[in-house]
Amino acid sequence: MSSLTLAVRDTNTMLRRNLLHARRYPSLTLNLLLTPVMLLLLFVYIFGDVMSAGIGGAGADRSAYIAYIVPGLLLLTIGSTVVGTAVSVSNDMTEGIIARFRTMAIHRSSVLVGHVVGSVLQSVLSVVVVGAVGVAIGFRSTDATVLEWLAAFGLLVLFSAALTWVAVGMGLISPTAEAASNNALPMVLLPMLSSAFIPVETMPGWFRPIAEYQPFTPAIETLRGLLLGTEIGHNGWLAVGWSVGLVVLGYFWATAKFAQDPR
Amino acid sequence: MTVTRASAPRAAQAATQAISAAGLRKSYGDKVVLDGIDLSVPQGTVFSLLGPNGAGKTTAVKILSTLITADVGELSVGGHDLAADPQAVRAAIGVTGQFSAVDGLITGEENMLLMADLHHLSRREGRRVAAELLERFDLVEAAKKPAAGYSGGMKRRLDIAMTLVGGPRIIFLDEPTTGLDPRSRHTMWGIVRELVADGVTVFLTTQYLEEADELADRIAVLHDGKIAAEGSAEELKRIVPGGHVKLRFTDPDGYRSAASALRDAARDDEALALRIPSDGSQRELRSILDWLDSAGIEADELTVHTPDLDDVFFALTESAAAPARNNQPKEAVR
Repeated sequence: MSSLTLAVRDTNTMLRRNLLHARRYPSLTLNLLLTPVMLLLLFVYIFGDVMSAGIGGAGADRSAYIAYIVPGLLLLTIGSTVVGTAVSVSNDMTEGIIARFRTMAIHRSSVLVGHVVGSVLQSVLSVVVVGAVGVAIGFRSTDATVLEWLAAFGLLVLFSAALTWVAVGMGLISPTAEAASNNALPMVLLPMLSSAFIPVETMPGWFRPIAEYQPFTPAIETLRGLLLGTEIGHNGWLAVGWSVGLVVLGYFWATAKFAQDPR
Repeated sequence: MTVTRASAPRAAQAATQAISAAGLRKSYGDKVVLDGIDLSVPQGTVFSLLGPNGAGKTTAVKILSTLITADVGELSVGGHDLAADPQAVRAAIGVTGQFSAVDGLITGEENMLLMADLHHLSRREGRRVAAELLERFDLVEAAKKPAAGYSGGMKRRLDIAMTLVGGPRIIFLDEPTTGLDPRSRHTMWGIVRELVADGVTVFLTTQYLEEADELADRIAVLHDGKIAAEGSAEELKRIVPGGHVKLRFTDPDGYRSAASALRDAARDDEALALRIPSDGSQRELRSILDWLDSAGIEADELTVHTPDLDDVFFALTESAAAPARNNQPKEAVR
């Protein structure tokens, strides 16, 4: 077998192990789903009337706000899911089984890639669940073409991969699960500080740079454009740039950390 | 002393050795853990690294099993250089660490199949090997339960079963019986003996002299990051002066008269006990008893003490500093 075949095979084995964990102990995944779903319901049904007045244009009502908020919450769902990734990577590293893997003739990065692929699959699954809740309370995509749907899906996967690699790095530097959960907090805080809930233009001037110069806002604006036909502008390239940059950064950071002698 | 100090393995010799290390050093910051260690383990033998907690045993295993890197040292395992080709070393070895290396979230059987997959066995072959090892290690009943719920002994057995999936020719066992009950300990010893009978080389660390005695062809005593002595169990015991017969008295008068009659014995006035140096052999014991009878001394309790790990350590590390130790009463609670 070639080394590539072996790498794929080992990664597949690690992926199956992680999926087995997720399937057997779904409580962590379900807990992480709770945040975006609760936020969605809270903002739509409790704050919805006020918020809809804020997103501009007379006659904006609750259904307009649902349309506005769902793309942001889909990306927040990814942020929420990767917190779980950081925690489970950190947990995993304290297990003796990882030491065993390190002394076996297996493809080295398969341990991490297995975590990443598993986490991206979980993110996508979670996005589908939150999206379904959105549809159930009235979210409808306006005239999105098949190509736009595919692009939206591609963006979600790419963005998941980006956040996941960074989260894996966070998990590797965290000595405990609590530390991992704290270190990964920006993953759920950044979307709160983005254009997920209100447009950047409505924010105070001093705050706007915080919302603009971070990965969530361009990704959210791009997803909105793809699903709802709003203006994407330069946000598309920004979103792809942020994602690819974070994948590369996260990959090198995480693999370098993993290559170090274990604690 | 007939103890042979470890000699630095020559390059040519390293080829016939399953494991060899020359000048192995490792420190963490200022703390020197291994301070220039030389080892060589011939194929098909059991080598035991003996030492107390913190002596550096686990560090040595971690380095030789490619888990962490050495600072300095020429190291070779299974004929492969550790620094140049760690992956080839990994293909030759199996490791059971001190802390269980099983995945607690999945079942024993799933753990075994995970190993089979990582050794790239076919599905059918993997199932066969897993079933065979689960049977051999008496884990069939527990196979479908999550490993987190296993007892300490079961976890160790699963751990070793997982190590054996790839059929390694060199196995590292880091304190395999620490924390196990006597029955599980004896089971583990049986497992090690079976492995050796199959020609496997075993590198074993332990805190128990008895365990090294039972299993090892050669024993090295690790102290302060150095090999204090190396040899067979017999050779090591010969340098230990800790063997003695202890006489205990309940009556202070009896004790005093015995103490004055037995001038060679070490006294422990508080415990009313006397220690007579002895190797514990039947012949010596009989002569002591005969002599006690003729001197009219009747102790309330007589016990024979053989050297233990403490004695080995005191002998090896204090022989220069405290030569009089044997004459001073040192009572360990037994």
